[in-house]
Amino acid sequence: MSSYEARFKVWRGDEQGGGLEDFTVEVNDGEVVLDIVHRLQATQAPDLAVRWNCKAGKCGSCSAEINGRPRLMCMTRMSVFDRAETITVTPLRTFPVIRDLVTDVGFNYRKAREVPAFVPPAGLGAGEYRMMQEDVDRSQEFRKCIECFLCQDTCHVVRDHEENKTAFAGPRFLMRIAELDMHPLDAAAETGLDRGRTAQDEHGLGYCNITKCCTEVCPEGIKITDNALIPMKERAVDRKYDPLVWLGSKIRRRSS
Amino acid sequence: MSVVDRQEWDVVVVGAGGAGLRAAIEARERGARTAVICKSLFGKAHTVMAEGGIAAAMANANEHDNWQVHFRDTMRGGKFLNQWRMAELHAQEAPDRVWELETWGALFDRTKDGRISQRNFGGHEYPRLAHVGDRTGLELIRTLQQKIVALQQEDFKETGDYESRLKVFQECTVTRVLKDTASEGGSAAGRVSGVFAYERETGRFFVLEAPAVVIATGGIGKSFKVTSNSWEYTGDGHALALLAGAPLLNMEFVQFHPTGMVWPPSVKGILVTESVRGDGGVLRNSEGKRFMFDYIPDVFKEKYAESEEEADRWYEDPENNRRPPELLPRDEVARAINAEVKAGRGSPHGGVFLDVSTRMPAEVIRRRLPSMYHQFKELADVDITAEAMEVGPTCHYVMGGIAVDSDTAAARGVPGLFAAGEVAGGMHGSNRLGGNSLSDLLVFGRRAGWHAAEYAQGVTYQRPPVDDAQVNAAAAEALRPFSAEADREGEAGPPENPYTLHQELQQTMNDLVGIIRREGEMEQALRKLAELRVRARRAGVEGHRQFNPGWHLALDLRNMLLVSECVARAALERTESRGGHTREDHPTMDRKWRNVNLLCTLADPTGGLAATDSGRGQIRLARESTAPIRPDLLALFEKEELVKYLAEEELYE
Ligand SMILES: Cc1cc2nc3c(=O)[nH]c(=O)nc-3n(C[C@H](O)[C@H](O)[C@H](O)COP(=O)(O)OP(=O)(O)OC[C@H]3O[C@@H](n4cnc5c(N)ncnc54)[C@H](O)[C@@H]3O)c2cc1C
Ligand code: SF4
Ligand code: SF4
Ligand code: FES
Repeated sequence: MSSYEARFKVWRGDEQGGGLEDFTVEVNDGEVVLDIVHRLQATQAPDLAVRWNCKAGKCGSCSAEINGRPRLMCMTRMSVFDRAETITVTPLRTFPVIRDLVTDVGFNYRKAREVPAFVPPAGLGAGEYRMMQEDVDRSQEFRKCIECFLCQDTCHVVRDHEENKTAFAGPRFLMRIAELDMHPLDAAAETGLDRGRTAQDEHGLGYCNITKCCTEVCPEGIKITDNALIPMKERAVDRKYDPLVWLGSKIRRRSS
Repeated sequence: MSVVDRQEWDVVVVGAGGAGLRAAIEARERGARTAVICKSLFGKAHTVMAEGGIAAAMANANEHDNWQVHFRDTMRGGKFLNQWRMAELHAQEAPDRVWELETWGALFDRTKDGRISQRNFGGHEYPRLAHVGDRTGLELIRTLQQKIVALQQEDFKETGDYESRLKVFQECTVTRVLKDTASEGGSAAGRVSGVFAYERETGRFFVLEAPAVVIATGGIGKSFKVTSNSWEYTGDGHALALLAGAPLLNMEFVQFHPTGMVWPPSVKGILVTESVRGDGGVLRNSEGKRFMFDYIPDVFKEKYAESEEEADRWYEDPENNRRPPELLPRDEVARAINAEVKAGRGSPHGGVFLDVSTRMPAEVIRRRLPSMYHQFKELADVDITAEAMEVGPTCHYVMGGIAVDSDTAAARGVPGLFAAGEVAGGMHGSNRLGGNSLSDLLVFGRRAGWHAAEYAQGVTYQRPPVDDAQVNAAAAEALRPFSAEADREGEAGPPENPYTLHQELQQTMNDLVGIIRREGEMEQALRKLAELRVRARRAGVEGHRQFNPGWHLALDLRNMLLVSECVARAALERTESRGGHTREDHPTMDRKWRNVNLLCTLADPTGGLAATDSGRGQIRLARESTAPIRPDLLALFEKEELVKYLAEEELYE
């Protein structure tokens, strides 16, 4: 076992403002950034605010920016850094800070509510659902999402553009629409809801210019852009060849 | 105190894990205005961590499965101490609860004919666990979360407000259940009247007034050093119920999961799912031996394979072979690992080897156990497709809990209080089978929500009033850590660091009331707990009330100390070994204890929480006999098997 002293800069403050605070702290073999933050709490800064739950990359609570990169603190091993390096931990930039490393992620919960829920197929009772594995694979990939909101944090559409937040659901919730759209038994269409079209018209899919930054930060390795966003965009493009659909969306856009 | 904000609801659910969310959905669907309170963000409760699956006798993988077989397995797993009516309801209703999830959008892994796939797990006779890879808990909680959102969308359409009938108060902590004091109108005193809580973000206090409160706060693992549980598991609900006057049942039964990570130290305790063994993983000691064959107890002898060859054949041909002993109930496997390590046959970091790399092709491992692959790769630099994992026991689950009525989930002795999920006792007896928790959450979460709504509707015209004095006392209690330095009568001593106290508590429980227990050590633990109790009164915090983890921990200490004392006292009292309770000084199961429940209640209900005398403590223990098992349920077992568990007089009733 070898341990050493690492240098950390941790952002501390609240909505009034704040700044980076310097710490020197012990690091042991196998530790992750969250362990170090906990050591700071236990020994130097008992009121240092941080969110976490599972410490195993499963709950998506401990999101922060480490040296400027959106990451889960519990899945970032100290061994990926050079021992001499100063490690900077800051709160997610896209969301308003509450205190220290804790931000107000309410934006995401509001967006979640705007996506219409799964519509169960009429005439199929509980226990009667039959779906083939290959037909659920695609939606299952998206359901691996742990709602860490790192993709929401990194997406440039909202990262420095507060004004886009009303119109843009963000990669996580555009992917949720794709998930429902690809669900083999979702009956939204039967109720007159075209999920693909609402992605474009109501949830801001058009803002996405497929930079794939969201995919890069996703700790679950979900191919958000390739598997969720691009297929939906392709379908939106297909629709443009249909003059009626095209006209419909034009008119709606103008009136809103 | 008028400064404390108050709101009126019909049903308040404390906890947003599987049990709490299922309760809230049910209560709202039955017309009760329902509030949910949880310590973390919505969708992050402990349930999210469940990996292996949810047990339900749907008979998709083996047509012979039915609720009777599931009931039998559950009773065997719990060594017949289960509240049998709960085990019966659970086995009967679990399939409906799983299928219902599909109608809310859940996507389980499929069988070849398109039904829900089911996998093998320890103690289950047939493949019974519905699953999604090894992230079943995530699927469960996300589905319930999305169902809640669906209900809120309905309410929005009708009322213009998403939260008019169902609201989640996230990142809020309840510190007291409030009760009606005797009113002059002669209404019954002691009924639930609401909860007192603080908002973590601001530190502000508030009261939710409600005639019915469902406690669904999960477990107690954070009182132990090596645990698979998260920071939320400070036993809050157990303590809230105790403080409100409800008894806790059989708190000595704590499940140590046989396979937690043992290295590196910072991840020690993190769970390695049982599906690793269910899907073919085997346990070996440092000599390369599959040692579990040496640890099959008599009661299970007929059910488990005697040779490696037979065990290996079982995966393909379960009809004609017996299952591998790696799939014995958890308590057996955990004790075996403990014994191997003690005998000097452990792995380099004090565990044993769990190997899938020699048993399945790499791509099968990556597909069937994706998050285990990920977890070891990321956290331990171990590629489980190429080498064995090192594993050892970790504190995982508490079987003991709030004593409830089997059918209604009503807590005993406190009208208006309900409990479901891990915080409720009885269902699992002395040991829980894997997969039986997620199903328990849904079955009894639904029942709790249903009966809480019904109860609340029965008292609408006579809502129990909230007592100002109780609110003031709760506020003062919660603020105490900020004035710890102020000199108080009879409490001389420097302020204490809550983190240090917590670490000492964890070490105490781990070392003295852990997987193998001895009388002297438990007495020592009780003395240490008494000392910590006194020091915890001086737990002080810096800073202010806004999102202050030091303060939160200082408040949680009260709960951990109460619950730890329950565990230690009950464990000292039960002089036998059964399920999740192993006494080195009483190593065998004793049929005389089979029908004995141990109930913990608060010694001084008026709140003298700092009793310094370890002999007196804060907890009183009482014994009671369990209700005799219904004859038609007993008839599901062979007499030869029952003889091993039941006392003579029980057999011939
Ligand atoms: C790693 C791991 C893997 C597991 N795998 C499986 C499995 O495969 N199958 C299975 O059946 N079981 C499994 N279990 C067990 C199972 O996950 C838990 O027993 C179960 O999820 C508990 O659910 P619950 O609804 O009772 O509580 P939780 O999901 O823990 O929820 C508790 C809720 O209560 C809230 N709360 C607590 N205290 C307060 C308070 N004072 N005020 C307000 N809110 C409060 C919390 O914030 C949280 O929302 C596993 C457990 C672990 C740790
Ligand atoms: S691919 Fe689209 S959604 Fe993803 S980060 Fe880029 S712009 Fe945002
Ligand atoms: S899609 Fe990936 S990055 Fe985005 S919230 Fe989900 S898990 Fe996080
Ligand atoms: S603490 Fe759960 S993902 Fe990091």
